[in-house]
Amino acid sequence: MPCASGGSGRERAVGLNAWGALPAVPAAAEIRLSSRTAALPAAAGNGTLLPYGNGRSYGDVCLNAGGTLLCTRGLDRFIAFDPDRGVLRCEAGVLLADILDLCVPRGWFLPVTPGTRFVTVGGAIANDVHGKNHHGAGSFGCHVRGFELLRSDGERRRCSPRENPGWFAATIGGLGLTGLVVEAELQLRRIAGPAMTVENTRFADLDEFFALNAAAEERHEYTVAWIDCLAARPRGWFMAGDHAGAEAAREVAAPGKARGLPLTPPVSLVNGLSLRAFNPAYFHRPLPARATVHYVPYFYPLDGLLHWNRMYGPRGFYQYQCVLPATARAALDEILQAIAASGQGSFLAVLKTFGPRASPGLLSFPMPGSTLALDFPNRGEATRALFTRLDAIVAAAGGRLYAAKDARMPGALFRRGYPALDEFIPYLDPKFASDFWRRIMEQE
Amino acid sequence: MQRILIVGATSAIAEATARRFAARGDALFLVGRNAARLDEIAADLRVRGAARVGCQVMDATDTAAHAAMLAAAEALLGGFDVALIAHGTLPDQRACEASVELTLREIDNNGLSVIALATQLANRLEAQGHGALAVIGSVAGERGRQSNYVYGAAKGMVALFLQGLRNRLAKKGVQVLTIKPGFVDTPMTAAFPKGALWAQPDDIARGILAALDGRRDVVYLPGFWRLIMLAIRLIPERLFKRLSL
Repeated sequence: MPCASGGSGRERAVGLNAWGALPAVPAAAEIRLSSRTAALPAAAGNGTLLPYGNGRSYGDVCLNAGGTLLCTRGLDRFIAFDPDRGVLRCEAGVLLADILDLCVPRGWFLPVTPGTRFVTVGGAIANDVHGKNHHGAGSFGCHVRGFELLRSDGERRRCSPRENPGWFAATIGGLGLTGLVVEAELQLRRIAGPAMTVENTRFADLDEFFALNAAAEERHEYTVAWIDCLAARPRGWFMAGDHAGAEAAREVAAPGKARGLPLTPPVSLVNGLSLRAFNPAYFHRPLPARATVHYVPYFYPLDGLLHWNRMYGPRGFYQYQCVLPATARAALDEILQAIAASGQGSFLAVLKTFGPRASPGLLSFPMPGSTLALDFPNRGEATRALFTRLDAIVAAAGGRLYAAKDARMPGALFRRGYPALDEFIPYLDPKFASDFWRRIMEQE
Repeated sequence: MQRILIVGATSAIAEATARRFAARGDALFLVGRNAARLDEIAADLRVRGAARVGCQVMDATDTAAHAAMLAAAEALLGGFDVALIAHGTLPDQRACEASVELTLREIDNNGLSVIALATQLANRLEAQGHGALAVIGSVAGERGRQSNYVYGAAKGMVALFLQGLRNRLAKKGVQVLTIKPGFVDTPMTAAFPKGALWAQPDDIARGILAALDGRRDVVYLPGFWRLIMLAIRLIPERLFKRLSL
C-alpha cells in the first residue's frame, strides 16, 4: 500500500502494513519524504521515528505503532551513474526494480538481489538482504560503497568502509534504527545481457541436495532449492543459474505486465488441502534440465503476481527464515521433520547455503551454513507453537532467525543469535524505534 | 530526440513526465522556483538518459521574466518541440472567500500566468510551424463547485483560452493539448484521503506522452474521467446548485 504523498505537512495515517499483513497497531503519522536535503520532520505520537520503504519486510521491522513512519518512496532520484565502472549513486527510496530498468540495458546488474525487486535501496541496506549468489558474492552490504546517514539531531554522516566505519557497520543490517539513510552508492556487476541460463535438477533427499549444491557452488553464480515441506524425506528441485552471454538475449522475452490479486480472500487459499495438491504436482512437473530465461522470471517469479501476500487471507502469514551453521546438518533434518509432521507450511519453501564472505553489518543475518525459509498461514496458536519448537532447534544448533522476516521471535533468541548486539546498541538513534525493536528489547 | 521545455518542473506530474522524456533520450529545460530541487531533478534526468538538461529558477507569476527565460531555453535547446506548462497551486477555497487578494493571487497562479506563458509560446511555435504546447488543466475547470471554484475558474479560463489557441494554431501545424487530470496523489493533494479514483503521477505522465504522440487536443487522465465529467456537466444547474460538491 503506498504512503500518502506530501512533502509539506503531516499526513493522515492510512495504516501502512508489512508484507505479512498480520494485524498491527498503526503509526500515529506517515510522512512522505520528498527531498534528500530536507531536515527530518518532527515526530508525532510517541515521539519516535522509523524509515518505511516499500513495505516488503514481512513482520514488524518496518512498523512503528503510535510513532511516525518516514516514507522514503518519494526519495526516488538517481544522483550519478558511471557506466564505465558500474558505480551508481541514488536516493534511498529508489526501488531495485528502477535500478534494473536503468542499468540492465547499459550492461550492469545488481550485485546481490533478494527474491523481489520491489524493495528500496534503503530497505536492502537496513536488512542487509541476500540472494542466490551469497555463496560467492556475500550480502547486499558487501557492495555498498557508502551512504549518507541523517540522524535525528540533524547531523549528516558520510559512511563507508573508510569513513565512519563504525556507523557503516551498524547501519548495514541495522533495521533502520541508526538514522535515515538518505542516499547510497552501490557497486554494480557487469552483465552481457538480460538472459540467464538455468539448470534444474530434482533431488530426493538432503544428502542429494548437499551433493548437488557442493558441486554447483563451484561452477554457478546462483544456486537455490525449492523443497517440498510436506514430504517425510525432504525432496525438491535444485536450480542453478548464471548470466548468459549477449547472444542469448535474442532467445528471451521481457515479461508482460504484472497481474495482481485484486482483493484479500476471506480465508487463506494456502491450507493443508491446497498444499497436498500443489506440492507433489510441483515436484513431479517436467522441468527442462537446461533452459535460457529472462532475468525477471528467474529472480522474481512472485513479482509477476502483485499482492500475492493476499492469498493468505485476512489473518496474514508468517515467514520463518533461519540459518544454521554448516556443522548442524542434523538440526536441519530435525526442523524439516517437525514442519512436515505439523502439516503446516506453504509451497513457498526455499533452501540455500550461505558462503564465507562476511558482511560489514553488525546485525547482518547470513553466516556460513544453510538457510531455510518457509511461509506459514497464520493459524494462531498452532502456528506459534510450531515456531517455538523450531526456535529450540535453531538455538541449540547455534543458528539465528532473520529479522526482516520475523514477527514473533523471542528477544532471548535474537540476543543469543546476534553476538554483536552490544556493539550495535551505541549506534542507535535515540529517536528511532520500531515494533520489532521494542518487542525484542522489552522481552526478558 | 525532442527538445522539451517544462515550466513547473518540480511538480510531481511534471517530474514523472520528465523522467519518461529523459528515458527516450530527449533534451530538457526545466523551470521552477526551487533551485536545489531543480538541480536534483536535473541530475536524475541525466542518469535516466536525457541528452541534455538545463535549469532556470523563475516564478511563473513573474510575467516580466518570461521572455528572458524563453530566450535562455531556446539558446540551450536550439528551439522547442514540446512546451509543457505544469505549474499550479491548490487554493484554500475557504481562505479565498475571505480574501480578495488571495483569490486574485490564486487566479494568477493557475490562470493568468499560464495564459501569459502560452501567449508567448504560441507565437514562437506558430512562427516555426511545428511543435506542441501542452498545458496541465484540471477536471475542476469543467464546472464551478462550491468546494473549489476559484481553482476551477482559473483552470476553466485556461481551457477556453487553449481552445481558441488550438483553433488558431491548427492551421499552422502546431498541437495544443489540454490535459485534464482527475485526482492525483501528489504533494499538492497531500491533505486529502485517497480512494479508488486516485491516480499516481506516473499514470498521468504516461497519458501525457501518449496524447502528445497521438496529436490529441484534449485528454482526460485517467480516461474514465471523461465519463465522470460528462455526467457532471449534464446535471441541470437548477439541481446542481443544491448539491454539495
